[in-house]
Amino acid sequence: MTAFGKLVRTTAFRLTLVYLLLFAMFAASLLAYFAWNTRRLITEEITQTVNAETSEINEIYDRGGMVRLVRTIEYRALRPGANLYLVTTPTGQAIAGNVGSLAPGVMATRGWSETAYRRIEDSDDRDHRALVRVTELENGFRLLIGRDLAERRRLFGIVAKAAQFSVLIVVVLGLGGGIFVARRVLRRIDAMTGTAQRIMTGDLSERLPVGRSGDEIDRLAENLNAMLERIEALMAGLKEVSDNIAHDLKTPLTRLRNRAEEALAKSGCEADYRAALERTIEESDGLIRTFNALLMIARAESGQARGNMDDFDAAEVAEGIHELYEPLAEDDGMTLKVKCEPTPVHANRELISQALANLVENAIKYGKPAGTVVSMDARQITIEARRDGDQVLLSVTDRGPGIPEADRKHVIERFVRLEASRTLPGSGLGLSLASAVATLHGGELRLGDAHPGLVATLVLPARAGAGDRVAPPIPDVPQKVA
Amino acid sequence: MTAAERTMRLLIIEDDRESADYLAKAFREVGHIADHAADGEEGLAMAESGEYDVLVVDRMLPKRDGLSLIGALRDKGNTTPVLILSALGQVDDRIKGLRAGGDDYLPKPYSFAELLARVEVLSRRRGGPAEETLYRVGDLELDRLSHRVARGKDELTLQPREFRLLEYLMKHAGQVVTRTMLLENVWDYHFDPQTNVIDVHISRLRSKIDKGFERPLLHTIRGAGYMIRDGIR
Repeated sequence: MTAFGKLVRTTAFRLTLVYLLLFAMFAASLLAYFAWNTRRLITEEITQTVNAETSEINEIYDRGGMVRLVRTIEYRALRPGANLYLVTTPTGQAIAGNVGSLAPGVMATRGWSETAYRRIEDSDDRDHRALVRVTELENGFRLLIGRDLAERRRLFGIVAKAAQFSVLIVVVLGLGGGIFVARRVLRRIDAMTGTAQRIMTGDLSERLPVGRSGDEIDRLAENLNAMLERIEALMAGLKEVSDNIAHDLKTPLTRLRNRAEEALAKSGCEADYRAALERTIEESDGLIRTFNALLMIARAESGQARGNMDDFDAAEVAEGIHELYEPLAEDDGMTLKVKCEPTPVHANRELISQALANLVENAIKYGKPAGTVVSMDARQITIEARRDGDQVLLSVTDRGPGIPEADRKHVIERFVRLEASRTLPGSGLGLSLASAVATLHGGELRLGDAHPGLVATLVLPARAGAGDRVAPPIPDVPQKVA
Repeated sequence: MTAAERTMRLLIIEDDRESADYLAKAFREVGHIADHAADGEEGLAMAESGEYDVLVVDRMLPKRDGLSLIGALRDKGNTTPVLILSALGQVDDRIKGLRAGGDDYLPKPYSFAELLARVEVLSRRRGGPAEETLYRVGDLELDRLSHRVARGKDELTLQPREFRLLEYLMKHAGQVVTRTMLLENVWDYHFDPQTNVIDVHISRLRSKIDKGFERPLLHTIRGAGYMIRDGIR
């Protein structure tokens, strides 16, 4: 495409053309209105003058007869810049006036007409135009009084010239401005296209140029940059996941393979083989679990699970998870408590349950206080469902060692396990999943200090407008306690 | 694995030859009859003509996919229980499978013990009598209407969830019930807890119904799950 073709094809240029046309039409109609009105005004003035003189001369004729009339006409015709006068006999012979020639038939029609004429004293051969009124005198004589139209024409000429000139200016300025704007826009768009192409070839860190004017192109660039930011983060996440998968799945796979090899190499008895096979199955079950968790995180992060959202009370989930894990906690020497208030959410129930279950499992596994002699209070884990403004907080609080502030962000990442927990079984994916689930719902996973202990909170947006619908407890009826 | 108490006729519709052979062999070893179809069309034809107790259907099949096969069967009024096997293990996929007319859904990879337990429960559900109101195993009685549980002359007090756990176990008395089945049917969770959370519930229940009695009723089936049955058989 040629540079000009490209220019013509820009939106800015096309818009300019449309505006140009509109402005030209506007200027033309303004001038046309002006011209028409001026013409009307001049015509009106002429008509009035001619009318006044006609009645004046008629009066003179009435009083002094033909002789007086002719004399008056002769006299008036000699004045400089005079009107046109002509008196003719019934047969059409001129007897007085300053008109040399007229268009044929003008004297025959009474009333107003526009005509070409020449004065008697005119030396040149040019025709002039005049607006004339013909009246009939009593005896068939006719009187013509008129006025030259040169003034009107000259004025009209000025207006017409102004119209041409202004349209020309509008076109030149408009075209120039259009090309200027279009080229500017084109240059910026070309710069964006170039950057986009570079980004597509692989350099995701590149960003579009953003100007300082804050106009729509800048806003577009800003939004595209934000999108690139997100894509880059997702890509980085993907890369990190694949790296981690490579590492954290290969390690147990290697272990699996080594065990099988070892069992084959050693000529053991059936019991040895059996034990080796059992451990193989155990190991592969662990791998499957890790794999499932990874898939689930990927799914939550990509937003695919958004389909299965229901309206429900998050407190039910908290109570359900409490009920499921309470015996396990007790077997581990801990107490699991639950504290609930109505917390309406619009969410994927299954995922929220799983995320909360992960937090509770973590609390049971890692939330034991250090030392041997600890009070019962220190062995308590609390699940809480609470509403805070337009947020629903689902938290799990333990009294264990907690997580140092510096590690809190880190520990949410996939496969990250702190030194202290490496000896315990687990995939290092529990918090990642909980965080992915919270993010999917437009919330976040917050890790805080419970002084001592860890408080892990799923922050979810509350269901809009649901707060008012929760019925207050009826005081007369004793509330059922689960 | 113990021999099956009742022989089932199964149809395995699975395109992977090795998995199908493994499944058929494993089912035959425990005393069931297993046929095999390698694609969706063949599977549909066999399911329509043969009298099968349970169909084990892979979700992704050549010629006609698993869900469409089930839909076609159901449209023709065939109510043979179907267990769907699928590499897609997520919650929404499971819901899709059940909505299409499947009776149970098992994500791959699975253990044979889990599959066998589920297939047996499905086949029993079909031939079994209408829902009873009173379950009895040995001298253990559970009344579903009055929520009363008694062992011999002793009245037992169970928590609501323990009651539902026992109810499910007794409904499938004599059958292996896996941990996942319990989690799905008693708690309605479809995720995989990392810990032995179900075992703790079972051991609590066991302490209530078996402790102090000579004959245990609630048995742990190694590598599979649990079963409630009268000890002597």
